[in-house]
Amino acid sequence: MENHDVIIIGAGPAGLAAAICLQENGVKDVVVLEREWQAGGAPRHCGHYGFGWESHRRMTTGPKFAARMTNAASGIDIRTATTVLEFTMRNALRVHSSKGIYDMSAKRIILATGTREQTGAARFIGGRRLSQVMNSGTLQQHVYLKNQKPFLRPAIIGNEWVTFSALMTCKHAGIKPIGIFAEELKLDVPWFFPMGAGLRYGVPTHTNAKLVSINGQSHVESIEIERKGKRTVVECDGVILTGKFQAEVSLLAARRAMPPFSAVMPAQAAMPIFENASQVQAEARMRETDDIRILGNARGTVYTAGRCVVEARNAAEALVKELR
Amino acid sequence: MNKRFDIAVIGGGAVGLAILRRLAMSGLSCVLLEKGADILSGASKGNSALLHTGFDAPAKSLELQCMKAGYAEYLAIRQALNLPLLETGAVVTAWSPEDFAALEAIVTKAHANGITDVKRLTPTELRMREHQLSKQALGGVLVPGEHVIDAWSAPLAYAHQAIAHGAVILRNTHVLQAKFVNEEWHLAGISARIVINAAGLYGDHVEALARPSPFTIHPRKGQFVVFDKPAAKLVRSIILPVPNERTKGVVLFRTIYGNLAIGPTAEDTDERETPSTDSATLQTLRSRALEMLPALKNINVTAVYAGLRPATERKDYIIEALPDQNWITVSGIRSTGLTGSLGIAQYVAKLYAKNFGKLPKKPPTPILTPVPNLAEHAIRPYMKGGEIVCHCEWVTRGEIETACSGPLPAGNLGGVKRRTRALMGRCQGYYCGAEVTSIFAKAGHGKP
Repeated sequence: MENHDVIIIGAGPAGLAAAICLQENGVKDVVVLEREWQAGGAPRHCGHYGFGWESHRRMTTGPKFAARMTNAASGIDIRTATTVLEFTMRNALRVHSSKGIYDMSAKRIILATGTREQTGAARFIGGRRLSQVMNSGTLQQHVYLKNQKPFLRPAIIGNEWVTFSALMTCKHAGIKPIGIFAEELKLDVPWFFPMGAGLRYGVPTHTNAKLVSINGQSHVESIEIERKGKRTVVECDGVILTGKFQAEVSLLAARRAMPPFSAVMPAQAAMPIFENASQVQAEARMRETDDIRILGNARGTVYTAGRCVVEARNAAEALVKELR
Repeated sequence: MNKRFDIAVIGGGAVGLAILRRLAMSGLSCVLLEKGADILSGASKGNSALLHTGFDAPAKSLELQCMKAGYAEYLAIRQALNLPLLETGAVVTAWSPEDFAALEAIVTKAHANGITDVKRLTPTELRMREHQLSKQALGGVLVPGEHVIDAWSAPLAYAHQAIAHGAVILRNTHVLQAKFVNEEWHLAGISARIVINAAGLYGDHVEALARPSPFTIHPRKGQFVVFDKPAAKLVRSIILPVPNERTKGVVLFRTIYGNLAIGPTAEDTDERETPSTDSATLQTLRSRALEMLPALKNINVTAVYAGLRPATERKDYIIEALPDQNWITVSGIRSTGLTGSLGIAQYVAKLYAKNFGKLPKKPPTPILTPVPNLAEHAIRPYMKGGEIVCHCEWVTRGEIETACSGPLPAGNLGGVKRRTRALMGRCQGYYCGAEVTSIFAKAGHGKP
């Protein structure tokens, strides 16, 4: 079986930053596993500005940021199109690539598997399963990677930064949303965001407006919004479900069938978990042990790529000391 | 394409496809007319995909007869066609003293139905078998023969085998009119000697082409909640409730894809097209699952879906021949249709032979058309390499491309999903939605 000092799962901002930092500090035997065809992670399909301030003191777009990180990691063994199937032992993995399945182990395994938005199914939104209902991450892939326009007048659901990022993705593709609908009473963004959405893009923001169902037979025709106990039907041709991020830590969840791990919390694991972190995420954090670390937004946070990079660097530096 | 056939089957669901297969393999020339963009787009799309023994079916019913025959044929052909089978057994579980009192009658009925391995479990045996089940479970009846199958790959295999035997499947073909002239039916641009109505949720509408329909379809909706894969390790058997007159009740079952699901509800509805879910019912289902299996509380929901059962005012299946109209009615096939389909097909073949002339004496040697495996517990394509596109369900590019080609390529994105499992996992297409859409679009067999 292949054996390494460190295996990093996920070549997004956190994974790459940790790999670079480890190499720079003399931990040479590092492998990064990435299931997509390209390294870079989610910023690859975030075509808008706002990346890199915390880490590089320069703002750029997602794809450029992803390219910068990937270039900096050019000397590192990054295996793309490689999927981690499962942990076979606490420090060993079963991995899939085009060549087949193989096992590998390491002194330390880092999970930098990122985060994704909660699906419509998990939100228990009533209605049918229609292909014009998607998360903003999927919309970004349609727009920035595939040049597809899945709808023309969608409703945007959510109250977070990414809600307004979805609006920018729409603008980029020439899609005109009918409005932003937030179930919450208050938005989780600065006050000028909804104002800008209204003034600059002509898209109104509604708070205390809960999406109760999505209507349509074969495609989205309208949504039903509940506001102060009153329901109204709003016409649209798509729904973008934004935010409610969940750490993608199913690799750890799948380990339930295995003998229990010692739940030692390493020192640097004392970062706050966001309130919206689900119980599974909290549990995954509890399962973080000396051999397995979680970095970046897989910790249940929703930080910017730049902040993930900074924190991953710090964690990697601590790891270097341990491995010496 | 030849436009004259012996048989035209209306409806490309599990039942229609099984009939098509049986008659095509008997040497008749057959065509199937399906209104949807793909097969399995009506009642067959959303069910619990269980292989039932018939232990609780009404005694001496046609339903029981077809289920038993279907069950036997499924097991007989499953290896040749690569049809999945997850042998779980089922436990009818009593959650109240009333339930508990009904258990003995369930065993008696099962034995009368010929399912003789059904037996009572003591509370200890139940606990030993299902140790994660809530303490509220008072006792149970073990039905060793109830298993988990896949709602989609079996009917797809029937379709492929029918095509291999010369049958033609026409999709996007809505039968609104039909004329019966000189012992021949003319419909949807083709003609056929005999028409078989297997139109499922539209069975009464199609029946009206031959006669004033003696039955009406009263669709019954079932909603389901699917939990993420770690949940499947929490139970061994299918957990059935004590059934009532109207429905088999809400079932907790492992799926062939390695998940755990709860459902279906039984709601009368006017919807005949794609049914909708509603958030209150889904919440209730999830709570019910947590009551039965407390360890589920930490496990995320992967998917929700709803299906429709084409119930009629009658309790039994309606399968009959109208000799004067060259017509065979196959309707009111409710929740047991997936298990019953192969048995129904045998029964229809007998009806044909009795009323419309003998089946060819020497049927052709069966041509085998094994389907790609979708079952989590068996060998899957990614294990041999390839590029994984759907990261949740580990579906390879090769599988998706295969689903978009061949004699019956997926007619829409739902068809790709049904043939491969792509888009079905915990991210519901967050990661691979755009990629799968472009593979489908590139193949050019329909609109996403």
